[in-house]
Amino acid sequence: MSDYRIKTLVFVGLSLSFLGYTAWIYFHKEREDHPANAAAQHGKMIWQEKNCGSCHQLYGLGGHLGPDLTNVYASKPEAYIRAILSAGTPVMPNFHLSENEKADLIEFFKYTNSTGTSSPKSFTLHADGTISK
Amino acid sequence: MPMAPYQNKNNYAAPFITTGLILLCSALLFGLLAAIQYIVPGWGRDTFSFEKLRPLHVSSAVFWIIAGAMGTVLTYLQEHNQKPLKNKALVKWQFYLFAASFAGILISYFFGVFSGREYWEFHPLFAIPITIGWILFIINFTTNHLKLKGAPVYVWMWFTGAVFFLFTYLESNLWLIPGVRNHLVKDMTIQWKSYGSMVGAWNQLIYGSSIYLMDKIAGNKKYSHSPIAFGLYFLGLFNLMFNWGHHIYTLPAHAAIQYIAYIVSMTELYLFGRIIYLWKSSVTTARKNIHIRPFQFLLSADIWVFMTLGLAIAMSVPVLNLYMHGTHVIVAHTMGATIGINSLLLLAFAYDMAGSQGEVMTRNKKLIDRGIVLTNISLFVFWLALIIAGFMKSFWQMSDTTEPFGAMMLRLQPYFRVFYIAGLGLATGLGMVIYPLLKKQWTKRLTRNAASEFSGGSYQEKAVEIA
Ligand code: HEC
Ligand code: HEM
Repeated sequence: MSDYRIKTLVFVGLSLSFLGYTAWIYFHKEREDHPANAAAQHGKMIWQEKNCGSCHQLYGLGGHLGPDLTNVYASKPEAYIRAILSAGTPVMPNFHLSENEKADLIEFFKYTNSTGTSSPKSFTLHADGTISK
Repeated sequence: MPMAPYQNKNNYAAPFITTGLILLCSALLFGLLAAIQYIVPGWGRDTFSFEKLRPLHVSSAVFWIIAGAMGTVLTYLQEHNQKPLKNKALVKWQFYLFAASFAGILISYFFGVFSGREYWEFHPLFAIPITIGWILFIINFTTNHLKLKGAPVYVWMWFTGAVFFLFTYLESNLWLIPGVRNHLVKDMTIQWKSYGSMVGAWNQLIYGSSIYLMDKIAGNKKYSHSPIAFGLYFLGLFNLMFNWGHHIYTLPAHAAIQYIAYIVSMTELYLFGRIIYLWKSSVTTARKNIHIRPFQFLLSADIWVFMTLGLAIAMSVPVLNLYMHGTHVIVAHTMGATIGINSLLLLAFAYDMAGSQGEVMTRNKKLIDRGIVLTNISLFVFWLALIIAGFMKSFWQMSDTTEPFGAMMLRLQPYFRVFYIAGLGLATGLGMVIYPLLKKQWTKRLTRNAASEFSGGSYQEKAVEIA
């Protein structure tokens, strides 16, 4: 087999495996992954439009100036979250959100909380280097 | 096979480099402004808050890398082919589309228009010109005498980078489909799958160009046709495709994603070992070429490859990842890679294309020398300060303390101050290196007079002259 043939075969082989993996990623069903309801969906869009993710993380991913909010709905009372959303904090701006927007954001936090826990403390470490819940 | 000189009279790819350098300046400026909010909490909260400054900084940085990589590949492609690009108009259109999108996006951030996501926070409408621009890039690349048969490894890498970037960029927009967007875990899985591979794709463009440049400095193409070069290329491709799962170990996605990413990432240990094994011969090569300006950047980038790879491999072990995820260790890693590797390599190419001779370069020789040293030292301090701050946050995350987030951030202040001062040094150092390039470009030397310096293989002749 010529040198070029081998290279092409490796390239095509890798690419096909990648496409297979990609298809599995797109279409397999996650156990915990139930869809957000309409209000939470709207809350997610506000989250993106106001770029809350530039300071906050979900599952540890995002900007690092503010705390992770995946499970804020479980750790803080709703009234407290509403108060922060209404006034901001010394670091977080007041986004002048409407009552509806605040309600939808809270619904979004309720949803993110229902998908799992993000704290690294909640994992079990294994000797082979892997982690699990 | 020695590389014959190639005279590039009209380089239509050069504006990409200039635009990229201006974007790099913008990244530095907005990075410094954003970081003030770390050391003076609340600074600019109601006027120029972090949610504007971070995307201004990060998008500028990403656009610098993309513009620089496209410009370099198109320029080196001409040198490789020993022929100018065929369709000037198409290259110009590619440039205008990107330049207009970059400008439009940065302006829209000023007005607080986001609605995208991390790294690509802009309005999804901008995805249209970016996608079309990238398709033009692929056309410009593939219709210019592209032949993979018998081609050196860098041509394969350019091809791979061009195709995979398009794929992953489109993939990063899949959230526009409600069925994806409304399932948080699925959405975040796809988002980070696309980002992980996208970085791999632009690295193919940049690493490919660095192999091209190394060959040019060496004066032969022995390496880029060798089996080991292709072996490493396929290893890189394998990682591009399958190692992205290390971004989302803590996401409640399918466990197979963790195992695949973990195992695949460990193949990078081979690269790490190889660097250590080849240490001696690298030092010999370095001694021989250290007087060559672009080589100085290549060498710095090599050191950053080593450190970044070490950190990346550690982060790919899920247990260790748990101690770094969501902390400033990740920020250190991202900036270490985008500055230490990507930016330094792109600067090597820019200096190669600008030519080391001519008035601007000789007059500013000392400035550039000092700039390189300052950049590397500052970056090291910058990187270390973020890593230490990151681990302190990690201990906070892992402990049962009741200390509030704000109090923890205040405790990290000393490290953030060091980070900021080092950032000032970094911006100054990079500024000292960027200035002569822009000056040379503005005096029109890069595209016209200095065109005669676009001559592959000239480094070894120059070395002989100097000796
Ligand atoms: C400029 C950065 C920044 C932006 C942008 C930002 N926040 Fe915050 N946010 C913070 C910081 C920092 C805190 C922690 C309180 C403190 O230290 O001031 C916080 C706290 C919170 C809290 C309370 C968390 C807790 O556990 O006490 C919630 C809820 C919250 N933010 C929601 C949001 C939402 C929703 C958005 C977008 C509309 C947003 N934030 C945008 C910086 C930001
Ligand atoms: C003057 C020097 C710089 C300063 C002070 C600076 C500062 C910052 C700050 C404050 C952040 C946000 C971190 C967070 O999320 O909390 C950041 C992120 C980032 N910076 Fe820089 N930066 C500088 C130079 C650069 C350069 C030159 C590049 C690349 C070309 C770069 C690339 C990035 C990237 C990619 C991120 C996102 C990191 C992440 O994943 O969170 N930065 N930078």
